[in-house]
Amino acid sequence: MAADAQPEALEFYPMKQFALEPLFGQGEIHWYTPTNATLWMGLAILTITLLLVVGTRRRAIVPSRTQSIGELAYGFVHKMVEDVAGKEGLKYFPYIMTLFMFIVTANFLGLIPMSFSVTSHIAVTVVMALMVFVSVTLIGFFKHGIGFLKLFWVSSAPAALRPVLAVIEVISYFVRPVSHSIRLAGNVMAGHAVIKVFATFGGIALITPLSLVGIVAIFAMDVLVAFIQAYVFTILTCVYLKDALHPAH
Amino acid sequence: MAKPTTEISGQAGDALAGYGGKAAQEAGMPQLDFATYPNQIFWLLVTLVVIYFILNRLALPRIASVLAERQDTITGDLAMAEELKRKAAEAEEAYNRALAEARAEAQKVVAENKARIQAELDEAIARADAEIAARSAESEAKIAEIRKGAMDAVKEVATATAKEIVAAFGVKADGRTIGRAVSERLKG
Repeated sequence: MAADAQPEALEFYPMKQFALEPLFGQGEIHWYTPTNATLWMGLAILTITLLLVVGTRRRAIVPSRTQSIGELAYGFVHKMVEDVAGKEGLKYFPYIMTLFMFIVTANFLGLIPMSFSVTSHIAVTVVMALMVFVSVTLIGFFKHGIGFLKLFWVSSAPAALRPVLAVIEVISYFVRPVSHSIRLAGNVMAGHAVIKVFATFGGIALITPLSLVGIVAIFAMDVLVAFIQAYVFTILTCVYLKDALHPAH
Repeated sequence: MAKPTTEISGQAGDALAGYGGKAAQEAGMPQLDFATYPNQIFWLLVTLVVIYFILNRLALPRIASVLAERQDTITGDLAMAEELKRKAAEAEEAYNRALAEARAEAQKVVAENKARIQAELDEAIARADAEIAARSAESEAKIAEIRKGAMDAVKEVATATAKEIVAAFGVKADGRTIGRAVSERLKG
């Protein structure tokens, strides 16, 4: 709207930061082309390695700061899986830890100015959500066979309501990957886009101080969001896993 | 599937480009640019597999072992602390016992001393009593002797006086008779 009012003064490109570009040259983006997404995913791998492998190399009984953070992350996810999905869920702990570490690292790397947020892309979050969805469904059927369908049959409800509830349960089950993925990408994208809009308003001298305050405030919120959304994605994964391991209501 | 959608988003980008001026791509949502999906998905899968192997092979076993080792150390330390606490309690008990014994011993010594002193005191009192008794007996004897002496003196004086008185009356009386009369008189 503001861009319409003063097109010559302000140009808003809040979404430009999310654009994929080839790392080398200006070509078409093939499936194998190294892009800025590739770079920042690689940096995520590097960060995770530094934190969890290099940081713990001394195996200290009294941990260093880095080792503490690594242990904290381990304990956090391990406890989450155990508390939500139960002891049997711990078999899947490495997979859930992989997802959590990737999301939380990518989220925080995305907070670096001029960086690229891989988790702001629906392509990324949908793939992860679908991986969870498919795995959890397969685990459910492998563990319980056709009994997994009891998940949709609310036996505690009045008999007449059960078929209706079953329809609702099935729909909500299939909506899971959608909400699971869009929640993460949407939160990350919105925060970053709003920062960009505030920054663009900073171009007007009178508004600059206000814009700075706004950027700081939104950035602080984004730091929270970066962690909370990784947490939410992971705990929902644990909840879905729990449903697969214990389908009966 | 991806092709026509890309075209649509491209058209939308062109339509939006009217506002922004230069950039068509920037105005739309890069998230909905399906042409980049295969690229992102490919690199995402590579990334996740790499992270999974790093975590599963290196990081997680190491952190788990460190945590287990720390737990063991803490458990060991707690056991040792428990042991030390028990020892401290034992030492305190021994101290208290020793203290009680010492107190009892002290009381015994005090009691003994008191008894001994009492005995000595009793003995001294008895001795003193005996001495007092002896002395008073002696004194009584002396008093008796003195009294007897006095009596004799009185008798002597009375006899002499009587003799003189009798003589004054001009009667010559022999001493023996006068003596007998005085003694009888004194007895009565």
